[in-house]
Amino acid sequence: MRSLESTNRRNGLLFCLPWLIGLTVFLIYPLCAALYYSLCDYSVLLPPVFIGLDNYVDLMKDPLFWKSLYNTAYYAAGSVLLGMVTSLTLALLLNSKVKGLGIYRTLFFLPSLMPVVAGSILWLWMYNGQSGIINTSLHHLGITGPAWLADPAWAKTAIVLMAVWGAGNAMVVYLAGLQDVPTSLYEAAIIDGAGYFKRLFNVTIPMISPVIYFNVVLSIIAGFQAFTQAFIMTGSTGAPERSTLFYVLNLYNVGFQDLRMGYASAMAWVLFIVILVLTFAATKLSQRWVTYDR
Amino acid sequence: MTDSPRDTRRGARNTGALRTPAAAVALLTVGLGLLSSCSASENKQAPRHITYWEKWTGFEGEAMDAVIDDFNAKEVAHAKTDASYAPIEVEKVTISNVEQKLLIAIAGGNPPDLAGNYSFYVAAYADGGALTDLGPMLSKAGFDRSAYIEHYMKLGEYRGKTWAVPIVPASIALLTNKRLFREAGLDPEHPPTTIEELDTFSQKLTKWEVTLPNGEKKIETGYLPDVPESQKRLIQAGFLPGEPGWWSYGWGYFFGGNLVDGPEKITAADPRNIQAYNWVASYSKNLGIGVTKRFRSGFGNFASPQNAFLSGKVAMVLQGVWMHNFIEKYAPGLQWGAAPFPYPAAHPELAFTTTADADVLVIPKDSPHPAEAFEFIKYVTQQSVLEKLCLGQQKFTPLKNVSDEFWRVHPNPYIRLFRELGMSKNAFSIPQTGIWNEYNRELGNAVDLIQNLTQTPEVALNDVQTKMQAALDRNRRILARRDGK
Repeated sequence: MRSLESTNRRNGLLFCLPWLIGLTVFLIYPLCAALYYSLCDYSVLLPPVFIGLDNYVDLMKDPLFWKSLYNTAYYAAGSVLLGMVTSLTLALLLNSKVKGLGIYRTLFFLPSLMPVVAGSILWLWMYNGQSGIINTSLHHLGITGPAWLADPAWAKTAIVLMAVWGAGNAMVVYLAGLQDVPTSLYEAAIIDGAGYFKRLFNVTIPMISPVIYFNVVLSIIAGFQAFTQAFIMTGSTGAPERSTLFYVLNLYNVGFQDLRMGYASAMAWVLFIVILVLTFAATKLSQRWVTYDR
Repeated sequence: MTDSPRDTRRGARNTGALRTPAAAVALLTVGLGLLSSCSASENKQAPRHITYWEKWTGFEGEAMDAVIDDFNAKEVAHAKTDASYAPIEVEKVTISNVEQKLLIAIAGGNPPDLAGNYSFYVAAYADGGALTDLGPMLSKAGFDRSAYIEHYMKLGEYRGKTWAVPIVPASIALLTNKRLFREAGLDPEHPPTTIEELDTFSQKLTKWEVTLPNGEKKIETGYLPDVPESQKRLIQAGFLPGEPGWWSYGWGYFFGGNLVDGPEKITAADPRNIQAYNWVASYSKNLGIGVTKRFRSGFGNFASPQNAFLSGKVAMVLQGVWMHNFIEKYAPGLQWGAAPFPYPAAHPELAFTTTADADVLVIPKDSPHPAEAFEFIKYVTQQSVLEKLCLGQQKFTPLKNVSDEFWRVHPNPYIRLFRELGMSKNAFSIPQTGIWNEYNRELGNAVDLIQNLTQTPEVALNDVQTKMQAALDRNRRILARRDGK
């Protein structure tokens, strides 16, 4: 019996090994190395020189750090909210019984399959101030649209609006959650005389609250790592007037253009802590309104 | 040749002389060895293979291919006459964003033997200890630096050492659309010479579509400050400082300014720079910021027929010697001219101001074959080879001597002008400082703020000045610490 247990343990470990190696080499090691480099002056080409907490102290005094953190928080808040409302609304609509449901579900899911780079280039054209589809449509309604990505007042909002495009993934997760809500609860609610919105807020949303929580946490993490859209659409400087200089974009500039890897590592660790704190806060908050009654 | 293993095995079985697979393999190896030694004549030396990282694709890449082919052929020929000589064989690998990937390859300890780079990365690379000092090899080879146009040679030199050799230089000039000049009643053979003239011409070349109160549309020229933005649409601009905006960091130079003063001082807020950016802002004021933004966002990609200059949306642009190729490709019928970029009327000594940067060859630190890589550099820097390369890339050569043949066959009608600009005492290039990337981004943001009229040039440039002086001081502290000072 004892030997069978140890054989099982060994086999289990063996099967886990590829993942374990991957985790160590590609995640744990880089994390620890970055922590060490964040305490160094490190240009990649020459050996790191230990400088203590200097990088973190400089970071707190760096206006670009704060500007990029603000931009990212703005984007994350906007995209989480907009993404959630859009995907949940779509999921609710697609959870009803209409003809050609499968086609609609596919159509709304399709955009999220498009690579971010391709999607960004597409939106670049849609946001074109002179001949883009958005401004052309607005023009027909008698509205002169803004120059979108060229206007510092609109560029960030424009990138937030793109979050609608990727709502398909979350939508599918919500759909799965919605189909899990027991019909008996709706029946009971209908007998009690609850209308559509009463059922939505008192049955549906509480029942799928774990799914909402899951999606919100994932979107916060993704939101704080926003990079590709801005890099493709407005360039690594975060033009116009740095209104789209996101945190990771700034980190990329410092690390890969200026070769200040030590400073960039410190930035990465600060981001890690920010995301950790937010996720923790979301988890704490969720205890009040997420129901797991199975 | 592909089916020889099968044939050999069959032959072995038929004769019965070879019974074991090992024997068959041995025979095959000997046979292949004989074949290959036959094709490489009697030279027993294995070729010395070196890898070269190239940044250009398209016709520029092909020009480099031709040079490499010549070099490889010359090496093979040499090996044929000298049995003890191992020929060098250069293999070109095209790499996008070479300036970044090269660095990562060097840091990872796996660099190519030789690489092409841009002159403005030399300082940052050298500060990072990423390059091999070519000085000793150059002097041993009897390299004559005075054969080069001084300005271009200096691009490879930094902190007293030679880190790179310039191979293909470039300069920029004011390009004009002659048809639009004629339409505006201007003499197409008389491009503007002073900034003031440029401004006047630009106003005359500005065209609007104005919507009248009765809904009728009408074409008007000049600046229309009294017509509200909602009633006018810009359809043609004379000159836009932001198009294409590739040298927006450098407007100060055209007014006599500079971005650095020696290795220790940042001079972003130099009064002449402020004057230059006030001029840049005047275009936003004259045309309207919203108007300019919408107009610019309608431009297509640079390398397309929808390019603002090629499609006739902007009548005059600051562009480089390479533009000739894009004109031939995307707007073959375009009647264009080139002239030195105008100077402020009060400062005729600033005539012939241009940027002069170059493509350079570098040997990365820890290059596996630095001596062989240097042989290739030595080959490329010969006048005939440089002329072939620069002609293929449709630029001029960085050497003082130019053959008559080069001028005769060069397709660009303004090539002599571009070279003259490159040799001018007012030719400037990106400051050689290890913080250039950071400085460039700061300036880019400042130009953004200035063009949007969000900040005055005084405020924006003083801000850059403070930040970049701090960055330069930081960089110097780091360098001093590394050098153990």
